[in-house]
Amino acid sequence: MAATSMAQALNAALRDALSENERVLVFGEDVGQLGGVFRITDGLTAQFGEQRCFDTPLAEAGIVGYAVGLAMGGFLPVVEMQFDAFAYPAFEQIASHVAKIRNRTRGALSIPMVIRVPYAGGIGGVEHHCDSSEVYYVATPGLKVVTPATPADAYTLLRAAIDDPDPVVFMEPKKLYWSKEDTELRYDSEPLGRAAIRRSGKDATLIAYGPSVPVAMQAAKVAAEDGLDLEVVDLRSLVPFDDETVTASVRRTGRCVVVQEAQGFAGFGAEVAARVQERCFHSLSAPVIRVGGFDIPYPPPMLEHSHLPGVDRVLDAVDRLQFSDEPDGRYLTGVRA
Amino acid sequence: MSDSVVQDLLPSPTPVRLLAEDGTTVEGCPTGYERPTVPQLLAAHRKMVIGRRFDAQATALTKQGRLAVYPSSHGQEACQIAAAEVLGPGDWLFPTYRDSVALVARGVDPVEVLTLLRGDWHCGYDPKAVRVAPQCTPLATQVLHATGLASAMRRKGENTAVLALIGDGATSEGDFHEALNFAAVFNAPVVFLVQNNGYAISVPLSKQSAAPSLAYKGIGYGVRSEQVDGNDTAAMLAVLGTAMDRARSGGGPFLVEAHTYRLEAHTNADDATRYRDQEEVRGWLAADPLPRLEKHLRDVGALTDEDVRAAQEEGERLAADLRQRMNADPHLDPMSLFDHVYAVPTPQLAEQRDLLATELKAQEG
Repeated sequence: MAATSMAQALNAALRDALSENERVLVFGEDVGQLGGVFRITDGLTAQFGEQRCFDTPLAEAGIVGYAVGLAMGGFLPVVEMQFDAFAYPAFEQIASHVAKIRNRTRGALSIPMVIRVPYAGGIGGVEHHCDSSEVYYVATPGLKVVTPATPADAYTLLRAAIDDPDPVVFMEPKKLYWSKEDTELRYDSEPLGRAAIRRSGKDATLIAYGPSVPVAMQAAKVAAEDGLDLEVVDLRSLVPFDDETVTASVRRTGRCVVVQEAQGFAGFGAEVAARVQERCFHSLSAPVIRVGGFDIPYPPPMLEHSHLPGVDRVLDAVDRLQFSDEPDGRYLTGVRA
Repeated sequence: MSDSVVQDLLPSPTPVRLLAEDGTTVEGCPTGYERPTVPQLLAAHRKMVIGRRFDAQATALTKQGRLAVYPSSHGQEACQIAAAEVLGPGDWLFPTYRDSVALVARGVDPVEVLTLLRGDWHCGYDPKAVRVAPQCTPLATQVLHATGLASAMRRKGENTAVLALIGDGATSEGDFHEALNFAAVFNAPVVFLVQNNGYAISVPLSKQSAAPSLAYKGIGYGVRSEQVDGNDTAAMLAVLGTAMDRARSGGGPFLVEAHTYRLEAHTNADDATRYRDQEEVRGWLAADPLPRLEKHLRDVGALTDEDVRAAQEEGERLAADLRQRMNADPHLDPMSLFDHVYAVPTPQLAEQRDLLATELKAQEG
């Protein structure tokens, strides 16, 4: 088995989808001859021609709106937004049309397109290149939102996203593009919406997605040296959300930390924490704790390490899960006697 | 780019006009356009009479509380009818919210046309069956969809084209410019019809654009453009028909600016006296497209009182049928709110659907 990077897995998924279904079209900025700024579309124009994988004018609303029309005409567009923050000009098209056309036409028209968004930080990117923008999309009914954390999942989830009858915002954690694993790329037509248990444990559950999954895995490894056995759930699909897997895990372990790279306030982790508490209250031995980035604009490359939630921040949160009877002093400030 | 290429892209210096306001023929037809035949003008006249009656009935239904809102296209019928008349069965129309008359002329059931405006959650008709996209409320977004669908048709080798409607105000939106650019780069068979009716709600065109004509916005993108007297049905049919033929045969996109006027307020909820005076409106009443066409057809001996009466009666029948069907309270099933958010409801939506079902059951009990 060969070591495959996430970038290679995504490239293979696009290649195989283009091969298997002539209605699949790949387009966006620099995705043709260049192969994309992250080389995710490398070689696709050479193999499939400019009709199937092509460069567009530099206009994100244009790319998404044009894709809506192609989808109405029976094609399956897979568009690249190049960088998280550069997708914002397309937001009206995504929120008002991509997400709603099925509903507005009672299913007569559907928009089975995939919007690929390289997102999040940790790559030393300058401003506007490292946003965690997932919460904008998950808050928009009609969109599915998925994010892989491993090369094998990148392949399977992108294939499933292209096959899905609904529009999918496919969020690719940039810092994992070059992460490798020994894996066979297999597509088993699993529908979107299933989380994966990356590591089984009995003492607490770490729930993570995208760029935070390797952080959670590393934290679990370090905790194991201290005798704590942590379970790690990789959400993979933010919408639809896999309540079943998450709930079952937390009920088993009784403790839960949600890890996200995005700024914490009103982030996706808040939704996860709320759902866990609604569903697992009687199984919980401690409040659910969120770990995330700070509520600041994404910091410059020289400071991003201070912002990104790392192993220490996760383990600090685990320490606060009331394994002893001490109350968590952090939340006692401001409480009147 | 050679001078001749540039000249080909530019619009005429003044709007193309084939009929004067008094219905007399303007001699000569600009190169490249063909005068519509008398039967074509007669067909347009009939539809215009019916369309105007529909528009008046929809306005009346709004006053009676049967419609939540109605943006009238009264005064813009030459554009509305020409837009429908130049479409072949395989062509698509991408309308805005002010294009109900064009939809009726296209053959969409008038009740379905008004579905959104009466307060339902969907567009009313099956867009694929009638080849009309949902009436679009967000400005200019639909012209990108039109461009994409036009490219899809071309990829499939169909000899069809798309007509995208847009107003003067929406030409300030970025999506309009991105659509012109994409259409030109991908040589999409799409025609953009800008109905310049003078106002974006209250803002006059002079505050919207400093361009000598909105049709000049085409050349920067390499899109052939034309400006037309938008109250001249003959000129609208000639220019739009040529533009659509050209698009169907691979000639690429075309931008048409129609100079017209919104005789009514923006919607029933708007008060136009706050931003324009009656004198201006009266001036445009003199340029009304319907009497102009009628006068012309009578002058050339093609239209009889009998023809006019027949069209008016058809309009009355349509209005009566519309009144009757719109006066029936529509039955909206709240449970249907969940049906088409996704192809298959997510587990979370399924839970919420159960919650609403319980609430509804409790309300019944």
